[in-house]
Formats: sequence, C-alpha cells, structure tokens
Amino acid sequence: MAAAAPARRRLGRLERAALRGVMVREVVNYSSFWRSSAFSSTLDPTIYLLAFGFGFGSLVSTVAGYDYIDFVGTGIVATTVLFSGAFPAMYGTFVKYSFQRTYDAILAAPVDTEELVTGEALWIAARTGTYGCVPMLVAVVFGLDPSWGMLLVPFIAALAGFGWAAFGIFVAARAKAIESFSYWQSGVLTPLFLVAGTFFPLDDLPQWAQVLSNANPLYHCVELVRHAVFGLEGWHDVGHLAFLVAFAVVMWRMAIRHMERKLIL
Amino acid sequence: MNEIEHAIRLRGVVKRFGELTAVDGLDLDVPAGACVGLLGPNGAGKSTTMKALTAQVIADEGELEVLGYRLPGDSKQARAEMGVVPQLDNLDVSLTVEHNLLVFAHLYRVPARDRAAAVFRALAIANLNDRRGAKVDELSGGMRRRLLIARGLLHQPRLLLLDEPTVGLDPQVRQELWALIDRLRSEGVSILMSTHYIEEAERLCDEVTIMSHGRAVATGAPRALIAEHAGPEALEVYGPAGAAARGGGHRPGAGLAHQAHRHLDRRPPRQRRGDLEGVRRAANLEDVFVLLTGEEIA
Repeated sequence: MAAAAPARRRLGRLERAALRGVMVREVVNYSSFWRSSAFSSTLDPTIYLLAFGFGFGSLVSTVAGYDYIDFVGTGIVATTVLFSGAFPAMYGTFVKYSFQRTYDAILAAPVDTEELVTGEALWIAARTGTYGCVPMLVAVVFGLDPSWGMLLVPFIAALAGFGWAAFGIFVAARAKAIESFSYWQSGVLTPLFLVAGTFFPLDDLPQWAQVLSNANPLYHCVELVRHAVFGLEGWHDVGHLAFLVAFAVVMWRMAIRHMERKLIL
Repeated sequence: MNEIEHAIRLRGVVKRFGELTAVDGLDLDVPAGACVGLLGPNGAGKSTTMKALTAQVIADEGELEVLGYRLPGDSKQARAEMGVVPQLDNLDVSLTVEHNLLVFAHLYRVPARDRAAAVFRALAIANLNDRRGAKVDELSGGMRRRLLIARGLLHQPRLLLLDEPTVGLDPQVRQELWALIDRLRSEGVSILMSTHYIEEAERLCDEVTIMSHGRAVATGAPRALIAEHAGPEALEVYGPAGAAARGGGHRPGAGLAHQAHRHLDRRPPRQRRGDLEGVRRAANLEDVFVLLTGEEIA
C-alpha cells in the first residue's frame, strides 16, 4: 500500500524540456554529419536549377510573365524543401526506431511520442528553412534580382518543411520495411515534385490536372515563395498559407498517431 | 520526495498480443530500496513486463504503480525518476561517450548547472573517463554496457530497471557490474533486474520472482525459495551418455549432448535408498527454477 502521496506537479504534454532534449540529440548528431546532409540537400536542387535554367531557359525566355531564371529560381525552393524535409524524415526515422533503437531509449526517458515526433519535425523544419534558400541564392548569382520579400522565404520553407518532415515520419511509421519507401517516392513524391509549377507553369495543363495540383502542398509552397519574392497577392496568398498550415497540422497529428502505434505496444 | 513502501507494485497485469498472452495476471512487488530479480525462461514475459513499467507496453488489464505513480497515466513522472538499462544496446554509435551522456542529461532534464557534474559522475561510474572522447563504436562490449548503465544513472534515479544487464559479457566484466549494482543497492536505489543467470539473482537479489507463461509462480528470498521448493540437497543423475561431470552446482558444461536429469531428494540422507546413482550437492536456485517452470535455462 502506497503511503500518503503528496501533491506533485503533473507533467504536461508537449513540454519544452522534452522537445529540447529530443532536438539537442539531433543537433549533437548533426554536428557529425552536417557536411553530407547540407551537401546532398542543396546540391540536388541546384543541379535541377542549373539544368532547367540553362537547358530549358535557352528555349524559352519568359514563362507565365516571368523571366525563366526568376520562375525556376523561386520554384526550386519547394524542391529543396521536399528533398531536405521528407527524405531525411523517412530514412532517419526508420533507421532510428528500427536499426538503432534510439526511440526505445528516448521513450524510456520522460519524453512522450508526441514530443518525440514534434521535436524531430521541428528540427528538420529548421534545417529546410535554411537549406531552402541555398538554390535561390545560387539563382541570384545567375540573374534573379534580390528583393526584401526573400526574407520571408526561410519561414515559408520551414513551414512547408515541417509538413513534409511529418509526412516522412508518417511514412516511416507505416513502413514494415525500408524498401516500401520506393512506392511512396515513385507513386507520390515524384508526381508531386514534377507537377508543382516549379519547372513549368500549370496553366496549360488539362483542367483535371490543374484541379488536382491544388491538392499538392508543393504547388502552394511554390506559389507562396514566388509571390513573396515578386509581390504578394492578398487573399490568394492567404489561401496558399492556409493550405500549408493545414497540411502541416494534419501530417503532424497523423505522424504522432502512427508512431504511437509503432512504438507503444 | 514522497515516501513510498513499494517502488513497483503490479496487480493482475495482463498483456495480450493478438492470440498470445505474454503477461497473464502478473503480481509483482519491488519494496523500496530492495533489489528484486525477475527470473524466467525466454518467452516467460520478462521483457514485456519491463516495457510495461516504462509505458512502452500498455497493459490490457491490471494495476501498475511505479514510485507511487499510476501507469500509464502518470508514467512520464515515473520515468523522470527512474533509470532504464535496456537489454539491447541503443547508444548513439556515431557520438562520443561524453556526447551520449550529455544528450541524455538533457533528455532526463538534469538542470543546466548540474549537467557537467552529472556527466562527470557518470563517466566515473562507467570508468570511462579516459575514453570520454572516443566514439561508441570504438568501445568494447563491456565498456558499452558500462556506458549504458551510467547513462541510466545520470539523473540519480530512485529506481533502476535492468533488463538482462550482464548477458553476453565475460566473467570479469560481469563481476564489475555486480559490484556496481551492489553499490547502488547500498545507496538505497530500488532495483528490478531481469536475468536468466540464476547465479546472478542468487548473488544480488533480496527477492526473486520466478515467471513462467506470464505469471509469477514463486516469490521470495533466494534461500527461502530453495528451502521451500527444492529442499537441502539435489541429486544429479546423468543420462546414459552423460559422462561429463557437472562442477559444484554450476551451469551445465558447454557441449554436453545429454543434460543431467535432476532428482530432488528431500528426505534426510539416512532414509535414502541407494537406488539412484548420481552426484549429491546442495540445492540451488536453479533447481527451484527447473522444478517450477519445467525448463532448463539456456
């Protein structure tokens, strides 16, 4: 029989101490692999930028009213967000719970699954906010004019990155084997990546494709970044922002739910 | 700090995984300040029980209380005051010894001003001060295990869960860990340790609970269990091909094709008939284990 239990402070949900603990672990780990992470996350989009910029840019000079370098140099931010948000979250999460059993160790400490997932996604979001700007800055070298609106881009990239990080954690939580990631990559991410208005405008696509693209978070990210750089368009952009917020919240909750199913038996 | 009588108290805990009932009405007590051993063959439900104590397994039925907190609702408070040493090594292999400890000092919420001291103390416990800058994958198995234990002690927990702490370690390292566990006990830390090394339980534990098929089949001090269930002496009768001898009550020698049949004779020596040939020796906890679970230990 437990003797008189004095009043104790009940630990709540989403505590700062727990989130910080999860993120400190990531930051300390990052210090050992930041070179490869930064390299792969920013080089790929930069290659796309240069390939499309020079290749496609030699055929067309203006697209949808923009110089092509302006068009692709802003759209490429969304590509970087996808590459540095979804992929590290998918692979990193799977490796951590499956191979390294890191999450077993963390959940034995005073950290809940909700805090674990949130901390991981926040850290990846911070990284995408930074990485997302790199190819855009490369585009500046090639003729994209700097503007004050560019200061908003890291925040947009971080918001979209949070959603994609949560998406990646969700995918990893559902995966029975790491091989199943290829279904998601080929079946979901590649189409979304290509039909986002990054490399070509969606206006000339068939009606159904235009309607579908409205459900593509990358499309909203592309539009919002482009408008931030060249001039915001009022309610249109509020709509894009609202979509990104909704995407982030829904994926966040789904990632938590599925990780709980995976980690708590 | 709240005064509690029991560090752990489980009543009627049931956990099913589909058709399989891993824990089937388990009662378990760890009195405050005691070291309790959880003994049982593979599949008896030891690991599931350990996971339930950190709410990484949620019981289907029963009551669980850890350090006075009800689980699973208040599990986070309980986890803040207990240390866990898992069976499978889950250190961050690409980080240094010191960074592993630092990360967990954060996760265990050691206040900023105490963090350096906590890491220093843990390095001393693990006896890894001169390897603090080494990456974990450069360490030997024994060093890694010491680090794993020290990591669970960073926040000076009142309760320590050890899941098979010495499995796979060589005898010398095992002795070191036993000394460490003894020391923690003398400092008043409550300990629950699952093990399948009977010798370890006999040597370290105030009390032992023997589990079989998800239930506690016997609980008590090692000496009392032996007296109650096995009597003073065991007679080992060897099978036809069992020519090899067993050393004084220890585990079967490696590579024996036939294991000894055990016959426990509780009668005083004078009344015993000489109908069974074998080696007489003092009964031990392993005999109790085999009698109650009907299984040899691997």
